[in-house]
This record gives sequence, C-alpha cells and structure tokens, in this order.
Amino acid sequence: MRANCWMGRNTVEVREVPDPRILSDRDAIVRVTSTAICGSDLHLYDGYIPTMKKGDILGHEFMGEVVELGREVRNLRVGDRVVVPFPIACGHCAACTHGFFSVCENSNPNAALAEMVMGHAPAGVYGYSHMLGGFAGGQAEYARVPFADVGPIKIEGDFRDEQVLFLSDIFPTGYMGAEMCDIQRGDVIAVWGAGPVGQFAMASARMLGAERVIAIDRYPQRLRIAQENTGAEIINYEQTDVLEALREMTAGRGPDACIDAVGTESHHPSGAINAYDRGKQAVRLETDRPHALREAILSCRNAGIVSVIGVYGGFVDKFPMGSLMNRSLTLRSGQCHVQRYLRPLLDRIRRGEIDPSFVVTHRMRLDEAPQAYEVFKNKQQDCNKVVLTA
Amino acid sequence: MATRGTGPLPRLLGLLSAGLGAALLAVPERLAEIAGLDHLPDHQTILRGVGARELGSAAGLLSGRRPALWTWTRVAGDAMDLSVLGLALRTGDRERRWRLAVTTGVIGAVTALDLFAAASATRAARANGRVMRLRASVTVNRPPDEVYRFWRDLANLPRFMRHLESVRVGGDGRSRWTAKAPAGRSVYWDAEIVEDRPSEVLAWRSLPGTIVPNAGRVRFVAVPGGRGTEVRVELGYAPPAGRLGRMVAKLFGEEPTQQVKDDLRRFKQVIETGEIVRSDSSPDGTDLRRHMMRRPAQPLAG
Repeated sequence: MRANCWMGRNTVEVREVPDPRILSDRDAIVRVTSTAICGSDLHLYDGYIPTMKKGDILGHEFMGEVVELGREVRNLRVGDRVVVPFPIACGHCAACTHGFFSVCENSNPNAALAEMVMGHAPAGVYGYSHMLGGFAGGQAEYARVPFADVGPIKIEGDFRDEQVLFLSDIFPTGYMGAEMCDIQRGDVIAVWGAGPVGQFAMASARMLGAERVIAIDRYPQRLRIAQENTGAEIINYEQTDVLEALREMTAGRGPDACIDAVGTESHHPSGAINAYDRGKQAVRLETDRPHALREAILSCRNAGIVSVIGVYGGFVDKFPMGSLMNRSLTLRSGQCHVQRYLRPLLDRIRRGEIDPSFVVTHRMRLDEAPQAYEVFKNKQQDCNKVVLTA
Repeated sequence: MATRGTGPLPRLLGLLSAGLGAALLAVPERLAEIAGLDHLPDHQTILRGVGARELGSAAGLLSGRRPALWTWTRVAGDAMDLSVLGLALRTGDRERRWRLAVTTGVIGAVTALDLFAAASATRAARANGRVMRLRASVTVNRPPDEVYRFWRDLANLPRFMRHLESVRVGGDGRSRWTAKAPAGRSVYWDAEIVEDRPSEVLAWRSLPGTIVPNAGRVRFVAVPGGRGTEVRVELGYAPPAGRLGRMVAKLFGEEPTQQVKDDLRRFKQVIETGEIVRSDSSPDGTDLRRHMMRRPAQPLAG
C-alpha cells in the first residue's frame, strides 16, 4: 500500500510499504477514506518529538471502512464506516475504566521508553513516535487498529467524511479543553492558538455556555475563521499587547479560564525573546517553547483555570510558577480522552449544533502529502486544515 | 532460595560411602581378604577406622548441606586409602599384589570421580555466592483471587515470561520448566511449590540437581477501594560458573531487572486485555532490550 512516511526533519515521503495484517484478536484493519494532518504532526515534521525513526508512517486522524476483523471484535462488522480515536486504549485497565483513555496502562508496548522521559507512560498513539508505542499511522491506504472493540465509533447516517473525521482528535481535544474550564454563566474564555484545535475549543466553550470567547493568534485568516464560526473576539498578538488587551476587555479581571491550544512550538512577537527560546531549544536546554503557556498563566484571573491542550514533549524553562501558586490558579491538561467524547459529540453533530467541516481549507490526495505538509506548516494559501483522501 | 544445586553426584557418592562404610564395619576380615590387605598388622582396626570415616562422609553428603566440604573430605579419605594401599603393596606377596593392584585401580577411579564432584561442588558453591536477586512489582485492575489463580496455574507463566518456553505441571505438585537458551537450544529443570496461600502468596523452588538453581515468590495484596491488586515478585537465580553460567546470564540480558519489569508489563496486558500488545515497531510486544527502535513503525512484510 501507499503510506506517508517520516524520513527525517522536514521530510516526508509517500512510499510503497507492506499492507497491515491482523496481529491480535482484538484488531481491525481499516481502509482509510479520509485522513488529516494535525498541527501536532508538524512537531514531528519539525523534529521536536524524540524517538522517531526513518520510515515511520505518520497520521493519527483518520476514518474509513472496516475490511478485516479479529475474532474478538464483536461490535463491528466488515463494511462498517468508522472514525478511529487517536489514543489507543485497552478499555480494561484502571485508567480506561475511569475514562482516562489517553493514559491507558496497556496500549504502549514501549512504555519503558516513555517512563525514562515522563516518569510514567501515556497510551500508545498512531504514528506518533516510538516512545508512544511505534504504531503505524493513518496517513496511508490501510491502517491496523488495535483494541477495535473499544476505540472506533461506527458512523451511521449520511454524513460527509469531513463532518465526522475530526471526532478522531481535534474536535474532542478542543471540547475537552473547554470542559476543563468548568465554564459558568458569564465566563470569559481566552484561547491561545486559533488553529483548528483552538477553533474547536472556542466553539465548544460557546456550546458549554461561555459568555465571551477571545481568540489570540497572529494569522488573520485563522482569526477570521474563529470569529465567523464561533463568534470569538480576536487579538492579533503581533499588533496588540495581549495582557493589556485582556485586562482591558475584562475591565481588569482577566479571563476566567485560559486555554493553551498552541503547545511546544509557540511563537513570540518579540524577535529577541523568540530567538532566545529557539536557541535554548536548539542546544537542548529546553525542549519546548512555552510563550503561550506563560502568557495564559499571567493573563488568567485570580483563582481561574489554565487548561493546556497544546502538545508539549519534555521540559519548559521560565515557567511562572510564582504567578500560578500565589494567585490560586488551577492548571489542567491532558491528551484528549477521545473515546469518552465520541458518542456525545457525534450526537451534537447529528443535532446540527456544530458542523466540524468549517475548519477545512485544503483537500488533497494522499500522494500529495509532502506538498500538503509544506503548505500547512508555512500557512501558505491561508491554510487552516488539510484533509487527505486516497 | 535454593542454594544446593550441584547435580546428583554428591548424593550418589554419599550412598556409596554408606554402603562401603557399613560393609567395612560389618565384615572387615572378608573385605581385607578381597582387597589383599589381610597381611597387614592391625588391618582390622584400619578397615574399621575407614568404615567409620565413610559413614561420616555418607551422613554429610546425604544431608545435602555443604556438598563442597563433604566431597573434599572424600578426596582426603581417598588419599589416605591410596597411601595404605602403597604400604601394603610393598609388603605383600605375589598373589596379594594382584588383588592390591585391582583395589588400587578401583580406588583410583573413585578418587577421580571424587575430585570431579568436589571441583563441581566448589564451583557451584561459589556461584551460589553470586545469586541474582530480582524484584519488581505491578498493579493490575483485577481482584487478588483472580490474579492468584492465574499465577497458580504455572502453565500460564510462559504467556508473559519471555525466557520461558513452557511449564508443565505434573500430578505430584511438581512442574517441569523449559527455558529458551541461546542458539535455539533449551534448558529445563523441575520445581516444586513451597508456599501456597490462596490470594496471598505463591512461592516455588527448583529441585536439587538443577543446573540453574532458582526460586520465586509472588505476593498478592488487594489495593484498598477496589483498585485491584499489587503483585510483588521476587526471583532468585544462582547461575553456575563457566560457559553454562555465561549462557544463563545471557538469558537474562544485561539488565535482568528490566526483563522482569517487562515480564510484569506483559502479565498486566495479558490479565487485563487478554493479549500481548503489539505495535508495528514492536510486533512481539513489550521487550525493551530487543525491539526498541529496531524497525520503523510500518507493517511487517508478508
């Protein structure tokens, strides 16, 4: 089959690779009909996530048709149309039984590697480094889906792929980011990063009852999409001082909760500070650039909540712990426990409360993946979200 | 922890000593004739003394304790016997010399066997000083009685203990364990359960005569609040010296503790999910040593 493979920093290639096979009784093989490039794939592309190996198949947002099933998978049939959640979860460990699917205790065969970096290991994830299991990803014609009796959700009804594909990651991720904010009536929610995850966090904050939503980014096109689809007020951080603007917009209180939907490669408007953090990252003094997170903490109102859904890989520097502690802030975070949200969010789509396809700006073929990564990385042609089809 | 394993030889020698000692004390005159020693003055006293010595060696060797020491006392006894025989050869007549030569040949052969046994027992005793003790623990989301039952059926162990090929449980409570050895070979040993408290503790130990004496103990402790079971494992191995020892050491890798941890991770996978978790880069499942980053995350060919 054809698959998009990581070949080193800033290089992906669509290559001919062996077809996946059933390896365990709870596996399924899915013929991928649509797959997306995630902003977090760019962290791999840019070489910031350790334990990648040349030839790794990328992609953790995908959906398709079940073509083969292991003997133990009784809830699916060949021919079913399914969306596959990006965290691989066994469904039976303590974490899974409490709904914390992205920290499944069993799905990462290379857990010992992750433990060296993180203390304890998170779940396995498709196409996201060997530290997270070394699973082949879904930017391919076919994908093997372990624990298929727990993960994939069957899609019935005449939805287009683009309407349900994002249940695999970015819609539930944004939703969980908003849910972690414990939104009360009248709340103002500020979101750093107006990419697709940030846009879904804003839309979700609205659905959960936020009074106002504020989007912070530097790309006018992304701010416009956020404004038009979620009613967000916008701050372009290259033109405005963010802390000052947020104080002004909330008459000095600060947002009730702040969502970091940026993660490890955030950008700072000051060239000097940006260069300082990039330099430290280059010599491995820190693995992550946390401008957005620092700003989210400093901006948040006293006793507010900072919700982190942007992806970090390792260690950050100049973390404003004093502000967090002295002002009674609550820091919440996590890779999304997607399995928990599939059914309720599919219901919201079915009821017409949201049409997630609003994030899509580019539709390309799997074979065009290398070009798609460049367009997405450099935000060429006002790129917001790329969907690849076979 | 078993520390005695030196093979069956010391015990066989013990039985030989017992038989010989008893005969020497019962019918010294008859044996003196057969051996060609009956011309020596005080030969009855000498043979009774040798008999008492043999019974002493037998008691030591059959006790199973300190086989190295007791096999060396046999070697010392052999040296005494050979010097007595040398004395007898010088003073005996022609007909007796023939019988003395045969006796000396037999004692010489026994001496060689004793030397071999003593050297092996000494090596084993040294190896026992280097017992590898490994500990690891894991929490599983299953109640203690279920976890205990899974371990109690020893045939389940190879499902997650990577170095084991099989464990066959016999009717007598004993079991035969077969482990993979380098170059496609295998080694096996027999073990018995030495402690068995349902839902609490299970311990086993290899039987004497095992080339790699080993033992294991697992404790099962319920985590309060229905949070499953803490499984705490202690394993001990006494690898023999020499080539075999190196082979055994290889079985457990350079980081034996990591292997036990990997084993427990696989145990958790098996008891919680029913299977070993496999990824494209680790198609055989968790094995930090063998698979980490060895192949890209792509489906296997064929």
